Amino acid sequence: MINDKNSQKIADFIKNWARKHSIWVLGYGTGCGAIEIPPTMTSRYDAERLGVRGAATPRQADVLLITGYLTTKTLKRVIRVYEQMQDPKYVIGFGSCTINGGMYYDSYNTIKVLDKYLPVDVYINGCMPRPEAVLAGFAKLQQLIAEGKATGAQKYKENHEYYRGNLRKIIGNKYEMPLYNW
Amino acid sequence: MESVGYHILGGIVTILVAFTVGLTYMGLSRKITARVQNRKGPPFYQNFIDALKLASKESAIHHGFMQHVGPAFLMVTSIMSVLVIPVLNNGNWFPNLNFHGDLIFLLYIMVFGPLGMALGAGQTGNPNSAIGITRGLSQMVGFEIPWVMALVALMMQYQTTSLVDLLEIQQIHGWLMFSSPFAFLAAVMAMLGMFRYSPFDIVSAPSELASGPASENGGKYLFTMMSSGSIFAFAKLVLYVDLFMGGAGNLIELLVKTFVIYLIPMLYGIVSPRYRTEQAIRYFWGWPLFFGFLALIHALAF
Repeated sequence: MINDKNSQKIADFIKNWARKHSIWVLGYGTGCGAIEIPPTMTSRYDAERLGVRGAATPRQADVLLITGYLTTKTLKRVIRVYEQMQDPKYVIGFGSCTINGGMYYDSYNTIKVLDKYLPVDVYINGCMPRPEAVLAGFAKLQQLIAEGKATGAQKYKENHEYYRGNLRKIIGNKYEMPLYNW
Repeated sequence: MESVGYHILGGIVTILVAFTVGLTYMGLSRKITARVQNRKGPPFYQNFIDALKLASKESAIHHGFMQHVGPAFLMVTSIMSVLVIPVLNNGNWFPNLNFHGDLIFLLYIMVFGPLGMALGAGQTGNPNSAIGITRGLSQMVGFEIPWVMALVALMMQYQTTSLVDLLEIQQIHGWLMFSSPFAFLAAVMAMLGMFRYSPFDIVSAPSELASGPASENGGKYLFTMMSSGSIFAFAKLVLYVDLFMGGAGNLIELLVKTFVIYLIPMLYGIVSPRYRTEQAIRYFWGWPLFFGFLALIHALAF
Protein backbone atom coordinates (compact mmCIF):
# COMPACT_ATOMS: atom_id res chain seq x y z
CA MET A 1 0.00 0.00 0.00
CA ILE A 2 2.93 2.31 0.80
CA ASN A 3 4.39 1.99 -2.70
CA ASP A 4 1.02 2.21 -4.36
CA LYS A 5 0.86 4.84 -7.09
CA ASN A 6 -2.28 6.48 -5.74
CA SER A 7 -1.02 6.81 -2.18
CA GLN A 8 2.19 8.33 -3.56
CA LYS A 9 0.02 10.80 -5.44
CA ILE A 10 -1.80 11.77 -2.26
CA ALA A 11 1.49 12.18 -0.36
CA ASP A 12 2.88 14.33 -3.17
CA PHE A 13 -0.25 16.46 -3.14
CA ILE A 14 0.06 17.10 0.61
CA LYS A 15 3.80 17.81 0.40
CA ASN A 16 3.38 20.16 -2.54
CA TRP A 17 0.56 21.96 -0.74
CA ALA A 18 2.87 22.54 2.25
CA ARG A 19 5.76 23.63 0.02
CA LYS A 20 3.48 25.98 -1.85
CA HIS A 21 2.28 27.75 1.28
CA SER A 22 5.62 27.97 3.01
CA ILE A 23 8.27 29.59 0.83
CA TRP A 24 11.44 30.68 2.61
CA VAL A 25 13.42 33.03 0.45
CA LEU A 26 17.15 33.57 0.42
CA GLY A 27 17.67 36.90 -1.30
CA TYR A 28 20.94 37.24 -3.16
CA GLY A 29 20.65 41.00 -3.24
CA THR A 30 23.77 42.36 -4.87
CA GLY A 31 21.89 43.98 -7.75
CA CYS A 32 19.88 47.17 -7.48
CA GLY A 33 16.59 45.21 -7.55
CA ALA A 34 17.05 44.23 -3.92
CA ILE A 35 15.53 47.58 -2.97
CA GLU A 36 12.12 46.25 -4.02
CA ILE A 37 12.24 43.38 -1.53
CA PRO A 38 11.73 45.38 1.72
CA PRO A 39 8.42 46.93 0.54
CA THR A 40 7.29 43.47 -0.57
CA MET A 41 7.96 42.03 2.87
CA THR A 42 6.74 44.92 5.06
CA SER A 43 3.36 46.43 5.87
CA ARG A 44 2.32 47.73 2.46
CA TYR A 45 2.41 44.48 0.47
CA ASP A 46 3.02 41.95 3.28
CA ALA A 47 4.31 38.83 1.53
CA GLU A 48 4.15 36.90 4.82
CA ARG A 49 0.40 36.43 4.45
CA LEU A 50 1.19 34.13 1.50
CA GLY A 51 3.69 32.19 3.58
CA VAL A 52 6.67 33.91 1.93
CA ARG A 53 9.32 34.56 4.56
CA GLY A 54 12.98 35.42 4.57
CA ALA A 55 15.47 32.69 5.36
CA ALA A 56 18.78 33.47 6.98
CA THR A 57 21.01 30.77 5.52
CA PRO A 58 21.07 28.62 2.36
CA ARG A 59 20.51 25.50 4.47
CA GLN A 60 17.06 26.71 5.52
CA ALA A 61 15.97 28.31 2.26
CA ASP A 62 13.66 27.02 -0.46
CA VAL A 63 13.99 29.79 -3.02
CA LEU A 64 17.10 31.55 -4.23
CA LEU A 65 16.02 35.01 -5.32
CA ILE A 66 18.61 36.60 -7.57
CA THR A 67 17.87 40.28 -7.72
CA GLY A 68 19.47 41.83 -10.77
CA TYR A 69 22.79 41.38 -12.49
CA LEU A 70 25.52 38.98 -11.47
CA THR A 71 29.14 39.82 -12.07
CA THR A 72 31.51 37.05 -13.07
CA LYS A 73 33.11 37.46 -9.66
CA THR A 74 29.93 36.78 -7.69
CA LEU A 75 28.76 33.98 -10.00
CA LYS A 76 30.96 31.37 -8.33
CA ARG A 77 29.57 32.30 -4.91
CA VAL A 78 25.99 32.15 -6.11
CA ILE A 79 26.54 28.68 -7.51
CA ARG A 80 28.12 27.58 -4.23
CA VAL A 81 25.12 28.98 -2.36
CA TYR A 82 22.73 27.17 -4.69
CA GLU A 83 24.54 23.89 -4.17
CA GLN A 84 24.37 24.33 -0.39
CA MET A 85 20.58 24.58 -0.48
CA GLN A 86 18.56 21.44 0.26
CA ASP A 87 16.09 19.80 -2.11
CA PRO A 88 13.46 20.79 -3.17
CA LYS A 89 14.85 24.17 -4.18
CA TYR A 90 13.82 26.80 -6.69
CA VAL A 91 15.42 29.81 -8.35
CA ILE A 92 13.68 33.06 -9.20
CA GLY A 93 15.37 35.42 -11.65
CA PHE A 94 14.40 38.95 -10.75
CA GLY A 95 14.58 41.84 -13.20
CA SER A 96 15.61 42.20 -16.81
CA CYS A 97 19.29 41.67 -16.08
CA THR A 98 18.77 38.00 -15.33
CA ILE A 99 16.83 37.45 -18.56
CA ASN A 100 19.00 39.05 -21.23
CA GLY A 101 21.43 41.35 -19.48
CA GLY A 102 19.08 44.34 -19.36
CA MET A 103 20.95 47.62 -19.27
CA TYR A 104 24.21 45.69 -18.87
CA TYR A 105 23.74 43.94 -22.23
CA ASP A 106 27.23 44.94 -23.44
CA SER A 107 29.06 44.90 -20.16
CA TYR A 108 32.31 42.98 -20.05
CA ASN A 109 32.04 41.63 -16.52
CA THR A 110 28.41 40.66 -15.97
CA ILE A 111 26.69 37.51 -17.13
CA LYS A 112 23.75 38.05 -19.47
CA VAL A 113 21.55 34.97 -19.30
CA LEU A 114 21.16 33.47 -15.85
CA ASP A 115 19.53 30.30 -17.17
CA LYS A 116 22.86 29.12 -18.58
CA TYR A 117 24.35 28.83 -15.10
CA LEU A 118 21.43 28.06 -12.80
CA PRO A 119 18.07 26.42 -13.59
CA VAL A 120 15.61 29.30 -13.26
CA ASP A 121 12.04 28.32 -12.42
CA VAL A 122 10.34 31.71 -12.64
CA TYR A 123 11.41 35.01 -14.17
CA ILE A 124 10.06 38.33 -12.95
CA ASN A 125 10.35 40.85 -15.73
CA GLY A 126 10.94 44.57 -15.33
CA CYS A 127 13.59 47.11 -14.56
CA MET A 128 12.81 47.15 -11.75
CA PRO A 129 9.75 44.98 -11.11
CA ARG A 130 7.36 46.56 -8.65
CA PRO A 131 6.24 44.67 -5.52
CA GLU A 132 3.01 43.69 -7.31
CA ALA A 133 5.11 41.99 -9.98
CA VAL A 134 7.19 40.25 -7.31
CA LEU A 135 4.03 38.93 -5.67
CA ALA A 136 2.77 37.80 -9.08
CA GLY A 137 6.07 35.95 -9.54
CA PHE A 138 5.63 34.18 -6.20
CA ALA A 139 2.06 33.30 -7.14
CA LYS A 140 3.35 31.78 -10.39
CA LEU A 141 5.94 29.79 -8.46
CA GLN A 142 3.24 28.55 -6.08
CA GLN A 143 1.18 27.42 -9.06
CA LEU A 144 4.16 25.58 -10.56
CA ILE A 145 4.94 23.89 -7.22
CA ALA A 146 1.35 22.76 -6.81
CA GLU A 147 1.37 21.26 -10.31
CA GLY A 148 4.74 19.62 -9.65
CA LYS A 149 6.34 21.48 -12.56
CA ALA A 150 9.00 23.40 -10.64
CA THR A 151 11.70 20.82 -11.34
CA GLY A 152 14.70 23.10 -11.76
CA ALA A 153 16.80 21.26 -9.21
CA GLN A 154 16.30 17.96 -11.05
CA LYS A 155 17.26 19.62 -14.33
CA TYR A 156 20.43 20.93 -12.68
CA LYS A 157 21.41 17.45 -11.53
CA GLU A 158 20.75 15.89 -14.93
CA ASN A 159 22.55 18.57 -16.95
CA HIS A 160 25.28 19.34 -14.46
CA GLU A 161 28.04 19.23 -17.09
CA TYR A 162 26.21 21.74 -19.28
CA TYR A 163 25.85 24.27 -16.47
CA ARG A 164 29.42 23.74 -15.24
CA GLY A 165 30.72 24.03 -18.82
CA ASN A 166 29.07 27.40 -19.23
CA LEU A 167 30.65 28.51 -15.97
CA ARG A 168 34.09 27.39 -17.24
CA LYS A 169 33.61 29.40 -20.44
CA ILE A 170 33.34 32.55 -18.33
CA ILE A 171 35.90 32.06 -15.59
CA GLY A 172 38.22 29.51 -17.19
CA ASN A 173 39.29 26.57 -15.11
CA LYS A 174 39.68 28.71 -12.02
CA TYR A 175 36.79 27.16 -10.13
CA GLU A 176 38.87 27.03 -7.02
CA MET A 177 36.49 27.43 -4.13
CA PRO A 178 37.73 25.64 -1.03
CA LEU A 179 35.99 22.37 -0.34
CA TYR A 180 34.11 22.08 2.93
CA ASN A 181 36.82 22.02 5.52
CA TRP A 182 34.57 21.95 8.54
CA MET B 1 -5.19 2.92 36.68
CA GLU B 2 -1.55 3.12 37.74
CA SER B 3 -0.29 0.71 35.10
CA VAL B 4 2.74 1.29 32.91
CA GLY B 5 0.64 1.41 29.74
CA TYR B 6 -1.53 4.15 31.21
CA HIS B 7 1.56 6.23 31.94
CA ILE B 8 3.03 5.71 28.47
CA LEU B 9 -0.24 6.60 26.74
CA GLY B 10 -0.62 9.62 28.99
CA GLY B 11 2.90 10.73 28.15
CA ILE B 12 2.19 10.53 24.42
CA VAL B 13 -1.03 12.53 24.87
CA THR B 14 0.88 15.15 26.90
CA ILE B 15 3.57 15.49 24.23
CA LEU B 16 1.02 15.79 21.42
CA VAL B 17 -0.97 18.43 23.32
CA ALA B 18 2.24 20.33 24.09
CA PHE B 19 3.31 20.23 20.43
CA THR B 20 -0.07 21.46 19.15
CA VAL B 21 -0.51 24.18 21.75
CA GLY B 22 3.08 25.40 21.42
CA LEU B 23 2.95 25.66 17.64
CA THR B 24 -0.45 27.38 17.78
CA TYR B 25 0.86 29.92 20.28
CA MET B 26 3.86 30.64 18.03
CA GLY B 27 1.50 31.09 15.07
CA LEU B 28 -0.72 33.40 17.11
CA SER B 29 2.34 35.41 18.08
CA ARG B 30 3.22 35.83 14.39
CA LYS B 31 -0.35 36.94 13.72
CA ILE B 32 -0.38 39.42 16.62
CA THR B 33 3.03 40.80 15.62
CA ALA B 34 1.68 41.33 12.11
CA ARG B 35 -1.43 43.13 13.39
CA VAL B 36 0.73 45.40 15.58
CA GLN B 37 2.78 46.25 12.49
CA ASN B 38 -0.44 46.98 10.56
CA ARG B 39 -0.10 43.91 8.34
CA LYS B 40 -2.55 41.15 7.63
CA GLY B 41 -0.12 38.47 8.68
CA PRO B 42 0.02 34.74 8.04
CA PRO B 43 -2.81 32.47 9.19
CA PHE B 44 -2.44 31.16 12.75
CA TYR B 45 -1.76 27.64 11.43
CA GLN B 46 1.19 28.85 9.32
CA ASN B 47 3.69 27.18 11.66
CA PHE B 48 2.07 23.78 11.08
CA ILE B 49 2.55 24.26 7.32
CA ASP B 50 6.16 25.30 7.91
CA ALA B 51 6.73 22.23 10.08
CA LEU B 52 5.21 19.92 7.45
CA LYS B 53 7.36 21.47 4.74
CA LEU B 54 10.54 21.24 6.81
CA ALA B 55 9.81 17.60 7.60
CA SER B 56 9.37 16.83 3.90
CA LYS B 57 12.63 18.45 2.85
CA GLU B 58 15.75 16.43 2.17
CA SER B 59 18.77 16.91 4.43
CA ALA B 60 22.09 15.99 2.88
CA ILE B 61 24.38 17.74 5.37
CA HIS B 62 27.13 16.05 7.29
CA HIS B 63 29.58 17.76 9.60
CA GLY B 64 30.09 15.03 12.16
CA PHE B 65 28.31 12.99 14.79
CA MET B 66 27.40 15.73 17.27
CA GLN B 67 25.82 17.81 14.53
CA HIS B 68 23.23 15.09 14.00
CA VAL B 69 22.70 14.55 17.73
CA GLY B 70 22.44 18.24 18.75
CA PRO B 71 18.76 18.77 17.84
CA ALA B 72 17.95 15.41 19.47
CA PHE B 73 19.39 16.73 22.75
CA LEU B 74 16.94 19.63 22.56
CA MET B 75 14.05 17.26 21.88
CA VAL B 76 14.98 14.97 24.78
CA THR B 77 15.16 17.93 27.16
CA SER B 78 11.78 19.27 26.07
CA ILE B 79 10.08 15.89 26.44
CA MET B 80 11.70 15.21 29.83
CA SER B 81 10.64 18.58 31.23
CA VAL B 82 7.09 18.35 29.90
CA LEU B 83 6.73 14.90 31.44
CA VAL B 84 7.86 16.08 34.88
CA ILE B 85 5.71 19.21 35.12
CA PRO B 86 2.13 18.49 36.26
CA VAL B 87 -0.16 19.76 33.48
CA LEU B 88 -3.46 19.72 35.36
CA ASN B 89 -4.19 19.73 39.08
CA ASN B 90 -5.95 16.38 39.29
CA GLY B 91 -3.82 14.91 36.49
CA ASN B 92 -6.27 12.27 35.28
CA TRP B 93 -5.63 12.81 31.59
CA PHE B 94 -2.02 13.82 31.96
CA PRO B 95 -0.33 11.40 34.36
CA ASN B 96 3.27 12.38 34.72
CA LEU B 97 6.44 11.37 36.38
CA ASN B 98 6.80 14.06 39.03
CA PHE B 99 8.51 13.18 42.27
CA HIS B 100 9.78 14.91 45.38
CA GLY B 101 12.59 17.21 44.37
CA ASP B 102 11.42 17.74 40.79
CA LEU B 103 12.04 21.50 41.07
CA ILE B 104 15.77 20.86 41.48
CA PHE B 105 15.67 18.32 38.64
CA LEU B 106 13.98 20.95 36.41
CA LEU B 107 16.65 23.52 37.25
CA TYR B 108 19.26 21.14 35.85
CA ILE B 109 17.37 19.64 32.93
CA MET B 110 16.28 23.00 31.50
CA VAL B 111 19.88 23.98 30.69
CA PHE B 112 20.82 20.52 29.41
CA GLY B 113 19.26 20.94 25.95
CA PRO B 114 20.95 24.23 25.03
CA LEU B 115 24.29 22.74 26.11
CA GLY B 116 23.80 19.73 23.83
CA MET B 117 22.77 22.01 21.01
CA ALA B 118 25.90 24.09 21.66
CA LEU B 119 28.06 20.99 21.18
CA GLY B 120 26.21 20.15 17.96
CA ALA B 121 26.39 23.65 16.59
CA GLY B 122 30.05 23.87 17.51
CA GLN B 123 30.87 20.91 15.31
CA THR B 124 29.38 22.51 12.20
CA GLY B 125 32.27 24.97 12.29
CA ASN B 126 30.11 27.80 11.03
CA PRO B 127 31.41 31.05 12.57
CA ASN B 128 27.84 32.31 13.03
CA SER B 129 27.06 29.24 15.12
CA ALA B 130 30.08 29.85 17.33
CA ILE B 131 29.08 33.46 17.96
CA GLY B 132 25.49 32.38 18.60
CA ILE B 133 26.63 29.83 21.20
CA THR B 134 28.79 32.40 22.97
CA ARG B 135 25.88 34.82 23.13
CA GLY B 136 23.42 32.14 24.22
CA LEU B 137 25.57 30.92 27.09
CA SER B 138 26.27 34.50 28.22
CA GLN B 139 22.55 35.24 28.19
CA MET B 140 21.89 32.04 30.12
CA VAL B 141 24.33 33.17 32.81
CA GLY B 142 22.28 36.37 32.93
CA PHE B 143 18.77 35.01 33.37
CA GLU B 144 19.51 31.80 35.25
CA ILE B 145 20.60 33.68 38.38
CA PRO B 146 17.32 35.55 39.09
CA TRP B 147 15.38 32.44 38.03
CA VAL B 148 17.27 30.19 40.45
CA MET B 149 16.92 32.80 43.21
CA ALA B 150 13.15 32.92 42.68
CA LEU B 151 12.86 29.13 42.84
CA VAL B 152 15.13 28.87 45.88
CA ALA B 153 13.04 31.54 47.62
CA LEU B 154 9.90 29.47 46.97
CA MET B 155 11.61 26.31 48.24
CA MET B 156 12.77 28.07 51.42
CA GLN B 157 9.46 29.78 52.07
CA TYR B 158 7.31 26.65 51.77
CA GLN B 159 9.88 24.06 52.88
CA THR B 160 9.36 21.84 49.83
CA THR B 161 11.07 20.96 46.57
CA SER B 162 8.03 19.37 44.98
CA LEU B 163 5.74 21.00 42.41
CA VAL B 164 2.76 18.94 43.58
CA ASP B 165 3.25 20.18 47.14
CA LEU B 166 3.34 23.76 45.90
CA LEU B 167 0.09 23.15 43.98
CA GLU B 168 -1.56 21.80 47.14
CA ILE B 169 -0.34 24.79 49.17
CA GLN B 170 -1.85 27.13 46.58
CA GLN B 171 -5.22 25.38 46.75
CA ILE B 172 -5.33 26.16 50.48
CA HIS B 173 -3.63 29.57 50.67
CA GLY B 174 -4.27 31.15 47.27
CA TRP B 175 -1.88 31.93 44.42
CA LEU B 176 1.81 32.24 45.17
CA MET B 177 1.84 35.26 42.86
CA PHE B 178 0.34 37.24 45.77
CA SER B 179 1.92 35.52 48.76
CA SER B 180 5.48 35.73 47.35
CA PRO B 181 5.32 38.66 44.89
CA PHE B 182 9.07 39.32 44.63
CA ALA B 183 9.80 35.78 43.49
CA PHE B 184 7.08 36.18 40.88
CA LEU B 185 8.57 39.44 39.59
CA ALA B 186 12.08 37.98 39.40
CA ALA B 187 10.80 34.85 37.65
CA VAL B 188 8.74 36.82 35.11
CA MET B 189 11.68 39.07 34.28
CA ALA B 190 13.90 36.00 33.87
CA MET B 191 11.22 34.52 31.60
CA LEU B 192 11.77 37.35 29.11
CA GLY B 193 15.25 35.96 28.53
CA MET B 194 14.13 32.36 28.63
CA PHE B 195 11.74 32.79 25.70
CA ARG B 196 14.37 34.55 23.57
CA TYR B 197 11.95 36.98 22.00
CA SER B 198 13.11 40.45 21.14
CA PRO B 199 14.84 42.35 22.83
CA PHE B 200 16.60 39.18 24.01
CA ASP B 201 16.73 37.42 20.63
CA ILE B 202 20.47 37.91 20.52
CA VAL B 203 21.11 34.20 20.05
CA SER B 204 19.33 33.60 16.78
CA ALA B 205 19.33 37.16 15.43
CA PRO B 206 18.54 36.39 11.76
CA SER B 207 19.66 39.71 10.32
CA GLU B 208 22.88 39.71 12.30
CA LEU B 209 24.05 36.14 12.82
CA ALA B 210 22.16 34.21 10.12
CA SER B 211 20.05 32.47 12.82
CA GLY B 212 23.04 31.59 15.00
CA PRO B 213 23.40 27.99 16.22
CA ALA B 214 20.77 26.78 13.73
CA SER B 215 22.52 28.23 10.71
CA GLU B 216 23.82 24.90 9.37
CA ASN B 217 20.62 23.04 10.20
CA GLY B 218 17.89 22.84 7.59
CA GLY B 219 15.06 20.52 6.74
CA LYS B 220 14.45 17.76 9.27
CA TYR B 221 16.94 19.15 11.78
CA LEU B 222 15.12 22.47 11.81
CA PHE B 223 11.82 20.59 12.13
CA THR B 224 13.17 18.82 15.22
CA MET B 225 14.33 22.10 16.70
CA MET B 226 11.03 23.80 15.91
CA SER B 227 8.89 21.06 17.46
CA SER B 228 11.14 20.79 20.49
CA GLY B 229 10.95 24.57 20.87
CA SER B 230 7.16 24.47 20.85
CA ILE B 231 7.01 21.61 23.38
CA PHE B 232 9.52 23.43 25.61
CA ALA B 233 7.55 26.69 25.37
CA PHE B 234 4.44 24.84 26.57
CA ALA B 235 6.42 23.21 29.38
CA LYS B 236 7.76 26.55 30.59
CA LEU B 237 4.34 28.21 30.44
CA VAL B 238 2.75 25.37 32.40
CA LEU B 239 5.58 25.56 34.93
CA TYR B 240 4.87 29.26 35.51
CA VAL B 241 1.15 28.59 35.86
CA ASP B 242 1.85 25.77 38.32
CA LEU B 243 4.29 27.81 40.36
CA PHE B 244 2.54 31.14 40.62
CA MET B 245 -1.06 30.92 39.36
CA GLY B 246 -2.33 27.87 41.21
CA GLY B 247 -2.25 25.42 38.35
CA ALA B 248 -5.36 24.69 36.31
CA GLY B 249 -8.38 22.47 36.90
CA ASN B 250 -9.24 21.83 33.26
CA LEU B 251 -7.77 22.34 29.82
CA ILE B 252 -9.62 25.59 29.01
CA GLU B 253 -8.43 27.23 32.23
CA LEU B 254 -4.91 26.03 31.44
CA LEU B 255 -5.01 27.53 27.94
CA VAL B 256 -6.29 30.89 29.22
CA LYS B 257 -3.67 31.12 31.97
CA THR B 258 -0.75 30.00 29.79
CA PHE B 259 -1.73 32.42 27.03
CA VAL B 260 -1.87 35.31 29.50
CA ILE B 261 1.65 34.41 30.66
CA TYR B 262 2.77 33.99 27.05
CA LEU B 263 1.54 37.50 26.18
CA ILE B 264 4.12 39.06 28.54
CA PRO B 265 7.34 38.19 26.61
CA MET B 266 5.54 38.45 23.27
CA LEU B 267 4.08 41.94 23.70
CA TYR B 268 7.26 43.17 25.37
CA GLY B 269 9.16 41.82 22.38
CA ILE B 270 7.03 43.43 19.68
CA VAL B 271 7.76 46.96 20.86
CA SER B 272 11.43 46.46 21.70
CA PRO B 273 14.51 46.52 19.50
CA ARG B 274 17.29 44.00 20.02
CA TYR B 275 19.77 44.37 22.90
CA ARG B 276 23.45 43.76 22.58
CA THR B 277 24.85 40.91 24.66
CA GLU B 278 26.28 43.04 27.43
CA GLN B 279 23.10 45.12 27.62
CA ALA B 280 21.04 41.94 28.03
CA ILE B 281 23.27 40.69 30.84
CA ARG B 282 23.23 44.10 32.50
CA TYR B 283 19.42 44.01 32.34
CA PHE B 284 19.22 40.62 34.08
CA TRP B 285 21.75 41.56 36.73
CA GLY B 286 19.84 44.75 37.49
CA TRP B 287 16.21 44.73 38.61
CA PRO B 288 15.60 40.95 38.30
CA LEU B 289 18.56 40.28 40.59
CA PHE B 290 17.30 42.93 43.02
CA PHE B 291 13.87 41.31 43.12
CA GLY B 292 15.56 37.94 43.55
CA PHE B 293 17.37 39.22 46.66
CA LEU B 294 14.12 40.72 47.97
CA ALA B 295 12.42 37.36 47.41
CA LEU B 296 15.13 35.58 49.43
CA ILE B 297 14.83 38.12 52.26
CA HIS B 298 11.05 37.79 52.15
CA ALA B 299 11.34 34.01 52.30
CA LEU B 300 13.69 34.21 55.27
CA ALA B 301 11.63 36.79 57.15
CA PHE B 302 8.23 35.11 56.80
